[in-house]
Amino acid sequence: MTTLVALAGCEESLSAVHPAGPAAATIATLWWVLLAGATAIFLFVAGLLAWAWRRPPGEVAERPFVIGLGLAFPLTVLAALLAYGLVVGERLLPRGGADVVVVRAEARQWAWSFGYDDAPGRVTEDELHIPAGRPVDVALTSADVVHGFWVPRLAGKLDAVPGHVNVLRLEADAPGRYGGLGSEFNGVGYVGHRFTVIAHDATGWQAFLAGEGE
Amino acid sequence: MNALRRHRALTRIWASAPGWKGWFTSVNHTDLGRMFLTVAVFFFLVGGILAMLIRAQLATPRSAFMGPETYNQVFTMHGTIMMFLFAIPFFEGLAVYLLPKLLGTRDLAFPRLTAYGFWCYVFGGSMMIFALLAGIAPDSGWFMYPPLSSTIGAPGINSDFWLIGITFVEISAISAAVEITVTILRYRAPGMSLAKMPIFAWYALVTAVMILTGFPPLILGSILLELERAFGMPFFQVAQGGDALLWQHLFWMFGHPEVYIIFLPAAGAISTILPVMARTTLMGYGWVVAAAVSLAVLSFGLWVHHMFTTGIPHMGLAFFSAASTLVAVPTAVQIFAWIGTLWRGRPGLHLPMMWLLAFFATFVIGGLTGVMVAVVPFDWQAHDTYFIVAHLHYVLIGGFVFPMLAALYYWMPHFVGRKTYFKLGGVAFWLIVPGFHGTFLLLHWAGLLGMRRRIDSYGPGQGWEIINLIASVSGFVMAIGFALVLIDVIINAVTAIRGSRDPWRAGTLEWAMPTPPAAYNFASLPHVDSRDPLYADRELPVRLARGEGYLGDPARGRRETLTVDIATGAPRTIVVFPGNTALPVLMSAVTGLFFLGMLVKDYWLVPISALGVIGCALAWVWSLGRRAPEGPLDAGRGAVLPVASEVADPPGWWGSLFLLLADGTFLGSLLFGYAFLWTIAPNWPPPAYAEPGPAALALVLAGAALTAVGGRLGALAGVAAALAGTVAVGLAALAVLAQVPDPAAHAYDATVWVLVGYALLHQVVALIMMALVAARRWAGHSAVTRRGAARVARLWSDYAALVALLAAAAVGLPGVLA
Ligand code: HEM
Ligand SMILES: [Cu+2]
Ligand SMILES: [Cu+2]
Repeated sequence: MTTLVALAGCEESLSAVHPAGPAAATIATLWWVLLAGATAIFLFVAGLLAWAWRRPPGEVAERPFVIGLGLAFPLTVLAALLAYGLVVGERLLPRGGADVVVVRAEARQWAWSFGYDDAPGRVTEDELHIPAGRPVDVALTSADVVHGFWVPRLAGKLDAVPGHVNVLRLEADAPGRYGGLGSEFNGVGYVGHRFTVIAHDATGWQAFLAGEGE
Repeated sequence: MNALRRHRALTRIWASAPGWKGWFTSVNHTDLGRMFLTVAVFFFLVGGILAMLIRAQLATPRSAFMGPETYNQVFTMHGTIMMFLFAIPFFEGLAVYLLPKLLGTRDLAFPRLTAYGFWCYVFGGSMMIFALLAGIAPDSGWFMYPPLSSTIGAPGINSDFWLIGITFVEISAISAAVEITVTILRYRAPGMSLAKMPIFAWYALVTAVMILTGFPPLILGSILLELERAFGMPFFQVAQGGDALLWQHLFWMFGHPEVYIIFLPAAGAISTILPVMARTTLMGYGWVVAAAVSLAVLSFGLWVHHMFTTGIPHMGLAFFSAASTLVAVPTAVQIFAWIGTLWRGRPGLHLPMMWLLAFFATFVIGGLTGVMVAVVPFDWQAHDTYFIVAHLHYVLIGGFVFPMLAALYYWMPHFVGRKTYFKLGGVAFWLIVPGFHGTFLLLHWAGLLGMRRRIDSYGPGQGWEIINLIASVSGFVMAIGFALVLIDVIINAVTAIRGSRDPWRAGTLEWAMPTPPAAYNFASLPHVDSRDPLYADRELPVRLARGEGYLGDPARGRRETLTVDIATGAPRTIVVFPGNTALPVLMSAVTGLFFLGMLVKDYWLVPISALGVIGCALAWVWSLGRRAPEGPLDAGRGAVLPVASEVADPPGWWGSLFLLLADGTFLGSLLFGYAFLWTIAPNWPPPAYAEPGPAALALVLAGAALTAVGGRLGALAGVAAALAGTVAVGLAALAVLAQVPDPAAHAYDATVWVLVGYALLHQVVALIMMALVAARRWAGHSAVTRRGAARVARLWSDYAALVALLAAAAVGLPGVLA
């Protein structure tokens, strides 16, 4: 584990386990819970298995294995997990609200164009500007093939599908630059299909909307 | 007659032709099973070499070893070969080799079909290898999402190789599945009721039915995408009423069951091998069967979990997430039944058991990460990263390759009839298993650190370098281990000393024969009273060799075996198998020309080779007929049974029934796709719907009725009625197509064309079948020997009639509702 953390220490601009926004943080917590649970189950199963070579010979009943471990055990664990997953999923949905900022993203091979409802006509290429500390809804679509929109430190990914508009909620806790990736394979330029999210503080955001720095 | 003379007589009847000629004319399941397995291993090596190229490329950042054009072909072909040309055919080969032996019979239900499927696999696989060597291989990823894989993203021939080559290969999956299903249901040793079947047969049955219902959506999708690419029929192009997501649904309706199609045979092997290794019997046989069946049923309701990031509505996500976690339950039932079996027995640590332990250690991790990605929010982060690459290899290598290595070492004494010499195998084990975990364990973490799958290079500074270096070095260690396994197998096959007949002291019937097995399997067929016949009667092999079972007298001089009642296993009929023939290889070569014509767009070749295939098929069926009935014959042990071709439900009828199951699933998928476009695709409704009007409707009704009635009439009147029915349906079809003259105009128009084409195709098939029955009558076949064929024809004419009605309803409905 320490090596893992050390490995991650270098730079984590694309790391989903170094969250910088509420959605990514919720999912990162989910991951650590899942990892702990999975490790415990794995060790339990491994122990049961090893015991087969160690235990003194004798009768073994079928019910504890098939019904107890086979049915009851996973059903309990999965019910808890599912409930947790649904609650988390609910929390990540784009819900209405007064301070929600709406931006539009159009993907194409191999670039991104971003538009802003608060600054009609304003388009940025491969750079998405958002205000920090406010929920942002990204309305995604594609001009050619299927693409994916992913800012690992801020939220999960969502696809940009031609003809459809999908809405992803993300939010950055603090101003800064966050790496973004096209995350659905889309041909020879896939590696370079990246973008940057720039989160501004309140004044910076107003300045951006006003067209400064163009 | 003593055992040796019986052996000589049976060998004369059953043996394949000597020398290389035997390779092309053999219809024997032992030969074909070995050929299937050998070719599948060849493809595993090719896929493995591609994996090594991938690992070489990714070992260091900014690698310049391959450019993206090459890399994309390499990973696409790696996935495609491993899934379609290695895993599924390997199962087919194992089942083809083992099933008749486990079930106590002499061959599979349709020996020539085994050979036909095998050659389709070889020819289709060769197309893919050609594309790879020529540098024009598919390059859109193994799930081929359009528009990237369509003309917009891939204008070259690359995608066509995938769509056409894989569809060609799928013929072998479908034919193997039909054959496995019928064999398990009808071709067993007398007395073997369903509850006494060896557990592997249950798993193979479930797998085969899953192939029949899982592959049709993929075959449909491939046909639709090829139609889009070749003729501009816009099924997946949003501007003209198509939808890219339609492909994803069709693909994953196949793709998820596919994962279980790969895992279940492995689970069957585990359930067979593990109790023997623990010197006991399987715990909870009934529960394990129920678990396999429910896994199969559940796995058809999960496909959307591969599409959690495509913008599916929240309720849908919740449903599919719940269903996806639920599959862990039947999996757990099996895992714990196996562990319970080990507790109950006295497990040793022979090599097959070692591989089973590797399976447990690996597959459990893969299963747990699978549950993780079934939790939707987590999948939003993990999807399309190396977390998924790691997960899928834990499942596929842990859940399929490791159990198959256990199976290899378990059945090797049977394959080659020699003692195994384990030293190399042990070394290989200790290279492969740690090598595997070294390759993939840390890649989970790389995925969470943002490493996307399918990238051809990466920059330094993300914390990925050391992980990838470890993965690449371990990958090569694992590859060396696989090379050792190969060397081990070859050495064992050619040098080791002859072994005893039943080295593991197992209870199932495949060990009740001399090894390597004779062409006829059993000198006489056993009567089975228990699940482990060899535990019940250690003398069984000797008694069978002495001819004390059924059909021990080769006097009739032809290949014979028995069929039984499905549930009870009571003997029912004597089957007469065809002999060696080159017809299957010829027919699959002509089938290959059909696909080749489409691939290189020389469309004149397509109808010509279609006629060629029909001609071969007619010759194939014709050779089965007999003019005069034989009546009941002696089957040994006091049983007197009719010949299978003289009863109302011959094997061909059962085969047709299960082929129609696949065909019906194909139609169901087409109707699903149509409904999907209608309700979800953005650019609907189309400019105009076809409105066939009452005249066309009357023609369809009359045509369907005539076709169905034709199937019930005597030979000549039946053909006349079916012909009239086909003409009526054809006229109605013309009327409809006249209203949507351009299939490239809108996805609706394209769908109507496909529906109409499907209905007409089935009319023609029914007509040909009825013509065949009429021709038999003409040639003087008696009513008794014609009966089975007539019932097969009726099945197909009923289906054709149903299809005509459904297609008419589907075409007309939107116009009526609008
Ligand atoms: C022999 C050792 C193997 C190694 C080292 C290996 C390695 C890899 C790697 C690194 C990838 C990711 C490529 C990328 O995303 O750029 C990959 C993809 C894949 N592998 Fe393997 N693999 C191995 C065996 C297998 C086996 C046995 C199977 C199946 C039975 C399999 C099925 C797949 C599939 C389906 C993909 C996805 C391809 C795609 O994204 O289109 N692999 N493999
Ligand atoms: Cu994706
Ligand atoms: Cu799945």
